[in-house]
Amino acid sequence: MLEIHNLTHTYGTGPGAHEALGGVDLKVAEGELVCIVGPSGCGKSTLLRSIAGLLRPTGGEILFQGDPVERTPDNLAVVFQDYSRSLFPWMSVADNVALPLRRKGMDGRQRRQAALDALEQVDLAGAGGKYPWELSGGMQQRASIARAIAYRPTLMLMDEPFGSVDAQTREDLEDLVLRVRAKHGMTILLITHDIDESVYVGDRVIVLSKAPAKVVSDLRVQLPGPRDQITTREHPGFVQLRAEVGRLVRGRQGQAASTG
Amino acid sequence: MILSLLGRLGRLWIVPVALAVWELAAREARAVYFPPPSGIALHVYELWFSGPPARLFLTDDAVAHILPSLGRLLLGWSAACLLGVVAGVALGRSARLSQYLSPLIHFARSLPPPVLLPVFLVLVGVGTPLQLAGIVFGVVWPVLINSIDGARYIDRQYLDTAQVFGLSRRERLTRVILPAAAPKIFAGLRLSVALALIMMIISELLGSTEGVGYRLLIAQSQLDILTMWAATLLLGVLGILFNAAFLAVERRVLGWHRAAL
Ligand SMILES: Nc1ncnc2c1ncn2[C@@H]1O[C@H](COP(=O)(O)OP(=O)(O)OP(=O)(O)O)[C@@H](O)[C@H]1O
Ligand SMILES: [Mg+2]
Repeated sequence: MLEIHNLTHTYGTGPGAHEALGGVDLKVAEGELVCIVGPSGCGKSTLLRSIAGLLRPTGGEILFQGDPVERTPDNLAVVFQDYSRSLFPWMSVADNVALPLRRKGMDGRQRRQAALDALEQVDLAGAGGKYPWELSGGMQQRASIARAIAYRPTLMLMDEPFGSVDAQTREDLEDLVLRVRAKHGMTILLITHDIDESVYVGDRVIVLSKAPAKVVSDLRVQLPGPRDQITTREHPGFVQLRAEVGRLVRGRQGQAASTG
Repeated sequence: MILSLLGRLGRLWIVPVALAVWELAAREARAVYFPPPSGIALHVYELWFSGPPARLFLTDDAVAHILPSLGRLLLGWSAACLLGVVAGVALGRSARLSQYLSPLIHFARSLPPPVLLPVFLVLVGVGTPLQLAGIVFGVVWPVLINSIDGARYIDRQYLDTAQVFGLSRRERLTRVILPAAAPKIFAGLRLSVALALIMMIISELLGSTEGVGYRLLIAQSQLDILTMWAATLLLGVLGILFNAAFLAVERRVLGWHRAAL
């Protein structure tokens, strides 16, 4: 459903130019949950913004359901890394979640209901009437996840979506993403810096190199049965894969530190 | 609540004190040019607010001069605000448009409005159209400039969000751009309230036969000192009232902005 060929992007021109993407190749099949890990500043958000049509990459090609991405494709949702500036402070949390649903042909009542349902799923049942700035960082992050879930996209892009929540909530949200994917058959691309998380939720883990980012490794996660926070994480396959991803990322980070 | 009200009233002690000092000083001086505030207040009452109850106590003089002034003030101010916000947001969102028009705007806004009144007189003739043109021209610039600014510098992430979630052009404008620009727009509107009052008076000094400004002009030519003071007092009170009304509206519309800071 998503094909990326030799994607490059350079910010700026001349001596100040910064090459963020150095030829990324990636294929994502319908219904897959693909995690992307890589050192900080390597170009993960840049990759995601290109897929979302928010940034015109300087080279390469992105095909979404066979069509080149020119503008934002329909039925695509993003959970932005900077969630606090993604929710509109002038409307309530429920209105923020409901706003994009108008184009789905829902009437006011249905939109409201869908928004409240989604908020409940992220454990924000009581917060619909509040304003985003009345919520903690982690709550805002969950509200923006709720907005993406309520939108029922075919492709959901999540940029470090659980960065500001506590460990327990984080596990709950990981399981929520797995449930939502199973229930609505979405394709999900999830950027994370948490190696355990990438192995736990992902069908595949893509490891990116430091800037200019390239795909270093594309690992298929093969773990038995439905994922479970306790048993999956102690499974030998999980432990082994986690170590492998860790080595791949860390190896690159070491280089990044010495050159950067 | 009650405490804060008392606190606010407490800070107003300066007003009666100033009035008392003024009153005493004026009585002591006994100068025609410097009447005591009680005399001015009485004159305001007799001149404008001692009419029949059926006309809300307005006298003929009030109906002839204050009402037309207020009507033009409100009409001119509203027209200027509408024009300023609509044109400002359009210019702020279109780099090409603002590139073409900004030299023109900066030239026009640096012209002092009083200087232009004779030009307007030639263009639109005497009477209400002239006053309206004066008010609109005098008031529109801060609204326009601030609206351009507000609409131009909108957080990228807001626009990205609007794009990703496929908001229609209309939703993007009404639910994202206007609210995001509202703090700036309101800053311009607030400036325009004070300007509108000034322009209301100035625009009546030329080619007018009614209005508070015209009344002031007549009083001046007749050396009617009390009426000149009365008009001044009236303008001061109007200024305070308009500002208070404006702030009340702003508090409602921009509540999120204050709280989110
Ligand atoms: N608008 C921009 N203009 C210039 N350079 C930019 C811009 N956005 C990002 N960069 C640079 O591109 C590089 C990649 O940025 P990007 O945000 O994609 O990294 P990231 O992998 O998402 O990092 P993190 O894990 O910290 O979120 C960084 O070095 C950054 O400084
Ligand atoms: Mg990032």
